[in-house]
Amino acid sequence: MKFAVVVFPGSNCDRDMYFAVKDALGEEADLVWYQEAELSSYDAVLLPGGFSYGDYLRSGAIASTSDVIGQIREAAEAGKPVLGVCNGFQILLEMGLLPGAMLSNKHLKFMCHFETLKVENAETMFTREYEPQEKISIPIAHGDGNYYCDEATYQELKDNRQIAFTYENNPNGSVGDIAGITNKAGNVLGMMPHPERAVEALVGNEDGLRLFQSILTHWRNNHAIKA
Amino acid sequence: MPSKLEISPEQIEQQKLYSEMGLRDEEYASIKEILGRRPNYTETGLFSVMWSEHCSYKNSKPLLRKFPTEGPQVLQGPGEGAGIIDIGDDQAVVFKIESHNHPSAVEPYQGAATGVGGILRDVFSMGARPIALLNSLRFGSLKQPRVKYLFEEVVRGIAGYGNCVGVPTVGGEVQFDNAYNGNPLVNAMCVGLIEHKDIQKGIAAGIGNTVMYVGAKTGRDGIHGATFASEELSEESEEKRPSVQVGDPFMEKLLIEACLDVIQHEALVGIQDMGAAGLTSSASEMASKAGTGMTMNLDLIPQRELDMTPYEMMLSESQERMLLVVEKGREEEIAQVFRKYDLDAVAVGEVTDTKRFRLEHRGEMVADVPVDSLAEDAPVYHQPSAIPAYYNDFQAMEPYVPTVTDHRYTLHNLLSQPTIASKEWVYDQYDSMVQTNTVVSPGSDAAVLRVRGTDKALAMTTDCNSRYIYVDPEVGGKIAVAEAARNIVCSGGRPLGLTDGLNFGSPENPEIFWQMEKSVDGMSAACNELGTPVISGNVSLYNESFGGQAVYPTPVVGMVGLIEHTEQITTSHMKQDGDLIYLIGETKVEFGGSELQGLLEDRHFGPAPAIDLQIEAQRQNQVLTAIRSGLVQSAHDLAEGGLGVALAESLFEQELGCEVTIEGDPTTALFSETQSRFLLSVKPEDREAFEKLVPEGRVIGNVKGDGGYRILSNDQVILEDQTTKLKHTWKGAIPCLVKSKV
Repeated sequence: MKFAVVVFPGSNCDRDMYFAVKDALGEEADLVWYQEAELSSYDAVLLPGGFSYGDYLRSGAIASTSDVIGQIREAAEAGKPVLGVCNGFQILLEMGLLPGAMLSNKHLKFMCHFETLKVENAETMFTREYEPQEKISIPIAHGDGNYYCDEATYQELKDNRQIAFTYENNPNGSVGDIAGITNKAGNVLGMMPHPERAVEALVGNEDGLRLFQSILTHWRNNHAIKA
Repeated sequence: MPSKLEISPEQIEQQKLYSEMGLRDEEYASIKEILGRRPNYTETGLFSVMWSEHCSYKNSKPLLRKFPTEGPQVLQGPGEGAGIIDIGDDQAVVFKIESHNHPSAVEPYQGAATGVGGILRDVFSMGARPIALLNSLRFGSLKQPRVKYLFEEVVRGIAGYGNCVGVPTVGGEVQFDNAYNGNPLVNAMCVGLIEHKDIQKGIAAGIGNTVMYVGAKTGRDGIHGATFASEELSEESEEKRPSVQVGDPFMEKLLIEACLDVIQHEALVGIQDMGAAGLTSSASEMASKAGTGMTMNLDLIPQRELDMTPYEMMLSESQERMLLVVEKGREEEIAQVFRKYDLDAVAVGEVTDTKRFRLEHRGEMVADVPVDSLAEDAPVYHQPSAIPAYYNDFQAMEPYVPTVTDHRYTLHNLLSQPTIASKEWVYDQYDSMVQTNTVVSPGSDAAVLRVRGTDKALAMTTDCNSRYIYVDPEVGGKIAVAEAARNIVCSGGRPLGLTDGLNFGSPENPEIFWQMEKSVDGMSAACNELGTPVISGNVSLYNESFGGQAVYPTPVVGMVGLIEHTEQITTSHMKQDGDLIYLIGETKVEFGGSELQGLLEDRHFGPAPAIDLQIEAQRQNQVLTAIRSGLVQSAHDLAEGGLGVALAESLFEQELGCEVTIEGDPTTALFSETQSRFLLSVKPEDREAFEKLVPEGRVIGNVKGDGGYRILSNDQVILEDQTTKLKHTWKGAIPCLVKSKV
């Protein structure tokens, strides 16, 4: 399976994402500069964390207007897995591929530490290797991670089982303790916590690895069917 | 001259306008002699920044020569952007510490942020990818509103810059003392990783080669920053706010990636950061190092503002800029590398064989001076030194013996001192994990990062107990180096070398100069004994505020060590019930400069704790051997607050308990700060093997799974508490001080 890690000016978790796929998952990955991307040849698109365009204007806002966005949208419409982590999640929101918006953390400070997440939906292509309601420990590192949506949208997210992860102890004030959501079709996931930072016991734990394994399992199953 | 309004050379001399730029009468006279004429306004500016203490080290050079700087592992000692140490497999570690005290005192957010930006550039201009940031911070009492503001904004500034550029902030130290009420210290350290073949130098070699300006445009910010950093803070310092640069970490991130691309380009000859004294220092130093000259056309400098004068352009300290020398005719290839990142890369000058530094502006020659006169010929002052009266008094004192009746209360009190208390409030704001190499995050003795693709890891720390250095600079200097090495050893690493961040008051005060001399002597002695050469560093003087109140002498040690195998990485956290707790080193009545003394007396006095460097080296070797043999579960050095605090800190992570028996006077046993002591935990089955390697080790108790912290003396429990309660005190202290309304 071939993963594209889209690199914007100011992305800084791009290599971490790349190593998570290449070394921990053991699949192919490329770092793809946003101006040179040909995403059609990849099986999955990963939008890494960081500070694209320095978070100027709003986190993710400027990246969401760049040329590569059309290709990301195409990948999403084609049903390919599209994962946005941290700044990647913010870009997906700004693109409108996911509903809602991101506010500054309720205490207005950047935070970086491990948080306990609950797997709310273990049936998505990103979470199938987890147990339903399983608790996992994944690092967060963000200043603008306070997910917001209106009541109607929140109800819709719940009804459609679009909430993939919630925080056990909400660190940033997000609506419904939301840590990560998918689109209605379930092939686009945005999350603030960093699964790519939790793929090796030496530097933390391996709780995030199964997210990447889920994507791989889903792809293999699909491929087996097609073959 | 470019502007009719420009002040004439005659006026500069007659009205002594040079002194406003920080030049002394005799310095001006010597410039006149070098040039054989009066310098014009721009030239006077060039000399004033290059001859400032910040750029020339004119007051500290004689002391810096005392540091040992060589060793088989040293690939690059002091003199370049940063020092480099070999770590095997054709890899090397690049590191340096730098201060940003004065800017942080008047504009804490940008002062701290640009401190981080500057030290990053020093490291990636060597060709290394920055892999870690550390810092060493000093503030006054958190009970003062202004100090609280400085503390919060400095931390936010470090976070704002470091988080954005994607380099993890993995460690450091923060201490609080009234001595820093008016003048905080902000030292930032960067560690980079490099392949030997990629090592770059800041040289302008090859006559006819092209000088290229890269990165952000030049504005009017930070003009005379280097001069501002070389004088005392005063009532007028607030007016120097425009001397503080404004950082753009997004630009820096682009610059990092572009520079790491460009070092792979064969057309690159030399590269240097535009740090203090901006274009002036980078250009003149690059030419001086290569033995060449340089001509620049200032009309070509990318400018952010209209009508900038040559003086403003040359003295601006606008951030995120680099100067490159590239092979003639290949400028476009280099520019293309930068264009990918939307960065300016403009040819602005040429390397010449004249050994002169010449600047053109609007068709006129606005400066023409010998290049070495700027970079090499600054005067060197041997300042007079005098033993301060306080020192003689302290030496004559009987050992201070504190009176403590309630040891539990005192332990809580010590754990809530901001210098000892948990710094989670600080480091939670730093991204400590990006790049996914951080094995040991902030909170243990040293931070540890694995070297991806190998089985090696790097341990790194910053240390300096300035209270010991205040009471006895020479002994305190030894302790600063020894403590840093102890922290590296406790993490499983062999210390490789250090970078020093020397922060003092005015060198023109003989008693301060004496503090500088003695602490450098002490540090050098420890470097020699422990085999840790000084490979880079920074000097920040004139750290004095309103009314001549100097900070405590604070020569910060930033040290890096090599851990040969990741399985040898050790933390200070005790691991499981039943493990034996070992104390290595005897405990004496030594409270001079201790945390307990400060707590009870609100000042520091008496002789500092003694240190025998040979014993220190021997114990460090033994502990490291035991760790490498896989016999040690946890290792922690005894520092502020002595055994009582070290024990508690070792138990917090897993909320374990302990039962420990102490001997002699309980206050001394628990809180004395005798040096060269270690607290280790060892599995019972490893007892014999461990004691063979560490014969001095003495079992003082056991780790307990019940979470109870118990100290016994003469079969009596003299201190009993729950670890969770102690942890609550320790964790809550700083958030509580920050939130409380004064």
